[in-house]
Amino acid sequence: MAKLRRMKDLRKQPGFDFLAYTCLFFLYAPIVVLVVFSFNDNRSVVLWTEFSFRWYGEAFENDGIREATVISLKVAAVATVFSTIFATMAALATTRNPPFKGQTLAYAIINQPLMVPEIVTAVATLAFFTLVKKLTGVTGIGYLMLAHTVFCIPFAYMPIRARLEDMTLTLEQAAADLYATPFQVFRSVTLPLMAPGIVAGAMLAFVVSLDDVIISLLIAGPGETTLPIYILGQIRRGITPEINAVSTLLLGLTVILVAAFFMVGRKK
Amino acid sequence: MVALPDTDTQPKRGAEANAVRLAAARKSIDGSARRRRLQLLSPAMITIGIFGLFPLTITLIYSFLSPGVFGGVTWQFSTDAYVQFLFERDIFDDTLTFSNTYLSIYGRSIGLAFGATVGALLIGFPMAYFIASKPPEQRNLWLFLITLPFWTNLLIRTYAILLIIRDEGIINVSLEGLGIIDAPLGMLYTDGAIFLGLIYSYLPFMVLPLYASLEKLDFKLVEAAYDLYATRFQVLRHIIVPMAKPGIVAGCILVFIPGLGAYITPELLGGGKELMIGNLIALQFGGSRNWPFGSAAALILMVVVMLSLIVYVRYSGKENAHG
Amino acid sequence: MSENAYDTMILADGVTKTFGQGDTKVTALDDVSAAIRKNEFFTLLGPSGCGKTTLLRLIAGFELPTHGTILLDGQEIGHLPPYKRPVNTVFQNYALFPHMSVARNIGFGLEMQGRPKAEVDGAIDKMLALVQMEHLAGRRTDQLSGGQQQRVALARALAPHPKVLLLDEPLSALDLKLRKEMQIELKRLQSETGITFVFVTHDQEEALTMSDRIAVMAAGEILQVGSPREIYTQPARRFVADFIGDINILEAEMTADGAEVTLPGGIKMPAQLPDTLKGAAPTGRVSVAIRPEDMSFDPSGALRGTVANVVYFGVGSNVHVTLPTGEGLTVRCASDAPEIGAAVGIKLPAAAQVLAD
Repeated sequence: MAKLRRMKDLRKQPGFDFLAYTCLFFLYAPIVVLVVFSFNDNRSVVLWTEFSFRWYGEAFENDGIREATVISLKVAAVATVFSTIFATMAALATTRNPPFKGQTLAYAIINQPLMVPEIVTAVATLAFFTLVKKLTGVTGIGYLMLAHTVFCIPFAYMPIRARLEDMTLTLEQAAADLYATPFQVFRSVTLPLMAPGIVAGAMLAFVVSLDDVIISLLIAGPGETTLPIYILGQIRRGITPEINAVSTLLLGLTVILVAAFFMVGRKK
Repeated sequence: MVALPDTDTQPKRGAEANAVRLAAARKSIDGSARRRRLQLLSPAMITIGIFGLFPLTITLIYSFLSPGVFGGVTWQFSTDAYVQFLFERDIFDDTLTFSNTYLSIYGRSIGLAFGATVGALLIGFPMAYFIASKPPEQRNLWLFLITLPFWTNLLIRTYAILLIIRDEGIINVSLEGLGIIDAPLGMLYTDGAIFLGLIYSYLPFMVLPLYASLEKLDFKLVEAAYDLYATRFQVLRHIIVPMAKPGIVAGCILVFIPGLGAYITPELLGGGKELMIGNLIALQFGGSRNWPFGSAAALILMVVVMLSLIVYVRYSGKENAHG
Repeated sequence: MSENAYDTMILADGVTKTFGQGDTKVTALDDVSAAIRKNEFFTLLGPSGCGKTTLLRLIAGFELPTHGTILLDGQEIGHLPPYKRPVNTVFQNYALFPHMSVARNIGFGLEMQGRPKAEVDGAIDKMLALVQMEHLAGRRTDQLSGGQQQRVALARALAPHPKVLLLDEPLSALDLKLRKEMQIELKRLQSETGITFVFVTHDQEEALTMSDRIAVMAAGEILQVGSPREIYTQPARRFVADFIGDINILEAEMTADGAEVTLPGGIKMPAQLPDTLKGAAPTGRVSVAIRPEDMSFDPSGALRGTVANVVYFGVGSNVHVTLPTGEGLTVRCASDAPEIGAAVGIKLPAAAQVLAD
């Protein structure tokens, strides 16, 4: 009997389980503390007095927070739309094909934003935009949206491509066999079947755009303060409980989106 | 019923005519496929090319210009930026003396990033192994749990650590309250804090590739090793770790490279006194108003990144040849 | 009777299909020619890799021939894309559109042709009745059983009333009982609709039961085309003889007049020549094929041998007999089989089939 028990444990290494649970604990502990104390009636992040939505209320009334949220959402929405469309097109061009000339180059370019450290991208984009602004005189939030679109493309691309790779060409052949022209095949078969991947890609892009700090920090002009920029500014000035509330909300939004992303992935 | 297009209705118009028709059809399919591929790829390529790659060229150019008075650049060629990196110019007699100010910043950043990588590996490996040894139905849940922090805002997560380790934070207050310590442990604004913050930020990046490698591990090999009298530690060392090699390499790259360029973590947890590369660069484009130097520093960072990539790839390749 | 006496629906002439280049070049079809008649149930039969599916795909339009022509009802279609050919396919895994209902799947072909909605709906109803699936019209296709999916795939391919229906091993995923039911069903559909069916299978029993004519293929070539009876009783090639049913292949010697063969041991019997050799009879050594069930045990039989083994399989027994020359022969015995070791006499059939290779 003892020998049987030992056999079952063969997969486990001593101490690994303990380490894993500890690791998970430490991963979530700071976040949990943050979330818990955002509901604290007291200003302190240490003493718990009573449960309250006070800081959430103050956060909602805070003009700075509201404006920053609106800007973040606007930028994320635009960046998501364009990056998802471009990524869908790129995925269609690079997947389920026999290898073509320039394929490696295409991959390298699509994934380029992931391979360069964010600070370098931020600095390079700043330099470029400043030049363009000087030469053309055009300003506006479009620059920020453009910068976000660029780094969102690879994030949208990955789930779309993964979904596409799972689709065999047989269904599209069946559609062509039944008199569908290539455009009809795309519209009635390919696109509907790709949809979960596209949705997942869009969600990923949205989350990534909302969360961006360093690139936005360097590029954003006056009046283009995104939520992370605002939060960073506040932190530099000192800890306020409203920040906890806003952070928790942002966290909550991300959790919902990521959970949805995992669900969509599992339903497949 | 589909009407066939108007072609000649006489069958077998000669093998040549048919071959021509087939070749034309083949060419048209290939041609339209190529055109369509180009059309589909162009928006992404153009966007990233113009707004992702081209700016890097601008940065290169800027690094060879002179700083503008109020920030920005003046279009005057100068190698001052690169000189400044290694040397200090005496204000009075304009002589250059070797200065390791910036080198030490880079060195320290490399050290911190490397240390964080090792730390993440030591912590992440048991974590990944744990998930991989779970029954398949449960794995998705565990993966979700481990990746969730990755998706949440880095700023917020770092802020959360700040809240905990600062002098008025929960750790210090509890320890003082329990009487274990008299004064707050100065955890914040130390290299240790940065180290902790880096590991915390990039741990999921280490766990996921490790998990991907370990998931493919055939546990029968492990059982075979046990059958041959290996102890658990020997199995770990000689079988499991070598087979997880690709995951280890990928995970290290994914932690080391962002760690090199980290900005938020040192900014929040380091207190701004001891700089890392990311802060240094950002500073040049902010208060220090030395864009050319910032550009140069950024490019030097890129070089370090590429060198590390080459080292990692060489290391993983060599081990593969080793077998 | 020459082929021209029939109405030809599909004419494949000198069709070759190669994949890849240089070292990795694969020849799936090598100079294949065939004529498929109108309103016929035509089967492509062969082991995997013989090229039958490739030929089907060339007719459907999913591949272009490397060389050769394909004519449909007299018109060149080899270079046309699939959506321009009045040919529909039933795929091996059905390839039903998972995001559409049964009804929409069936109506898809007509919808793509731009037919008015009333016409499409009418056709869908008719098809549902034809395959007896009226009650499942609104169901999603992934909720159906294998047999049901099969019928939807059939209805979908038949709805646009194509000139030719191609079926790529459609019954291989079904269990035995369902498969037998579907075989009858398919025959019924073919004769009711009058559409030419081209059926691909590796199951020779299936081919024999269902087909009007069979083309036996191997290694990219068509070896023989004929009715099931012709293929079975008069196999022209060694592979065909061996692939279909049980067979005995013996080395024999052709007599001078070309009308008889001398079997090992000296027994002479009339020779049946395959069509390809009828004009020029071979000489010298040939291979002949004799079916086990065409022989019987008869004490006065010309051939003599000793029973080596008896394999009982319910309906009868296969008796393995060793001839004095050392060769082996299998004789099908419906009732009491002789004992192992017994000396037996074998009655030979009227003629032995000479093989072209």
